[in-house]
Amino acid sequence: MYTVSDLRKGLTIVIDGDPHVVTTFEFVKPGKGQAMYRTRLRNMITGAITDRTYRSGDSFEQATLDRRNMQYLYKDEHNYYFMDNDNYEQVAIEEDALGDAKNYLKDSITVDVLFFRGHAIGVDAPTFVNLRVVEASPWAKGDTSSTDSRLVKVETGYELRVPPFVGEGELIQIDTRTGQYVTRVKD
Amino acid sequence: MPQNWLLSSRRRALQERAAIVQAVRRFFVAHDYLEVETPLRIPAPAPESYIDAIPADGWFLQTSPELCMKRLLAAGYGHIFQISHCWRKAERGRLHSPEFTMLEWYRADSTYTDLMHECEALIRAVAADTNRPSKFEWQGKPVDLVSPWQRISVSEAFATLAPVTMDEALAAGSFDEVMVTYIEPRLGTPRPTLLYDYPASRAALARLKADNPCLAERFELYIAGLELANGFSELIDAEEQRARFESEEAYRRSLGRQPYPTPTRFLEELSDMPPSAGIALGIDRLAMVLIGAGSIDEVLAFPPEEL
Repeated sequence: MYTVSDLRKGLTIVIDGDPHVVTTFEFVKPGKGQAMYRTRLRNMITGAITDRTYRSGDSFEQATLDRRNMQYLYKDEHNYYFMDNDNYEQVAIEEDALGDAKNYLKDSITVDVLFFRGHAIGVDAPTFVNLRVVEASPWAKGDTSSTDSRLVKVETGYELRVPPFVGEGELIQIDTRTGQYVTRVKD
Repeated sequence: MPQNWLLSSRRRALQERAAIVQAVRRFFVAHDYLEVETPLRIPAPAPESYIDAIPADGWFLQTSPELCMKRLLAAGYGHIFQISHCWRKAERGRLHSPEFTMLEWYRADSTYTDLMHECEALIRAVAADTNRPSKFEWQGKPVDLVSPWQRISVSEAFATLAPVTMDEALAAGSFDEVMVTYIEPRLGTPRPTLLYDYPASRAALARLKADNPCLAERFELYIAGLELANGFSELIDAEEQRARFESEEAYRRSLGRQPYPTPTRFLEELSDMPPSAGIALGIDRLAMVLIGAGSIDEVLAFPPEEL
């Protein structure tokens, strides 16, 4: 069982028999009032989105998912395709079902594909992924952010803030749990 | 470049935060307040239904400096302020850190309306003193610090912004939920909002209104939907305070929360306290609004996960 303190983006829990993934999560507490945990959940089978608010003391059933290590092949308009390198079996997963993991799907990357009763319903990216910076905005002290950092785009199209010294063409390591920059990587 | 680039990248935010804290201090010194320091580790926090203290070697880390500061008031220190760290267990989110910095100030012979004015004066002075414009945006919401600020009672806010009345929400046990869903996001833009007169059940240490004992003389300050401060006319009736503490403590225990001892000395000395008003303001959140930070982590040198 999970409790409210386990809630985070990407957690998979069972609600009414279906696995759901937490897509957004916010801790809210009005002055002197009760703590609440506002979540947006995606039904991993039907794709339906629901908003739920939990309070301390609530608990959740952990979704039991099977995992298979598969290689990312390509994407088309609606789906991302993955292949099992042992038996060459391929599966398709809708873009919406991938959540933040799609930010890390670079060519040929190996990921854990999640299965629920035989259906591929999502992907777990490795904790650390190296991606190349393809676009870096010019950095000026005093831009709109409160921190001294610059916005860059990596090869998957994902945008994130990095230290000002990271330039176009460089390879960087990203922590997929937080989506944040970790370090520069030498080629 | 240092290894910890994230910490190093916060330099500007931390410099601006420091300037804000210094301006706050100047304001209170100029208004003849005495700066005080009270212990951070205390034997008995004030029991409040939904605030949990972190145990520390048999005592507790303070959730606010309230009781010690009131004992100072009772001993004749009429105008006092303090900037100190406070801890509240398991409060962690974009706007919360379990360890945070609180500004608390008290004035004798005053009521919550005096504090509303002073709160307005303080924030306007800090913005001016740190060379900030009085008009800006926070998280996409326009803010205009020019006086007068909006004053609206809690029941009016429910009537105009929520699908249920305050009494209906209280009866249904949904007061907090309606507050965060419908009301808070719409307060404090463009003018900051002083939301006042809370239900008596939501103010364990506040004085009730003489003409309506269902309401307490308590207010909260909101800027751009963000709750910044909570103030009230202090309850100085020691017997009533003891009874309220007992019922809060009984409620806490019924929820299985950490039991606290009774703050005996505070209750004994409370009868010496003059009619007073006190307020607590989150320094981290004030810095967030003025600097433009969307997350409390941006104005902390060390968010807990980075320790």
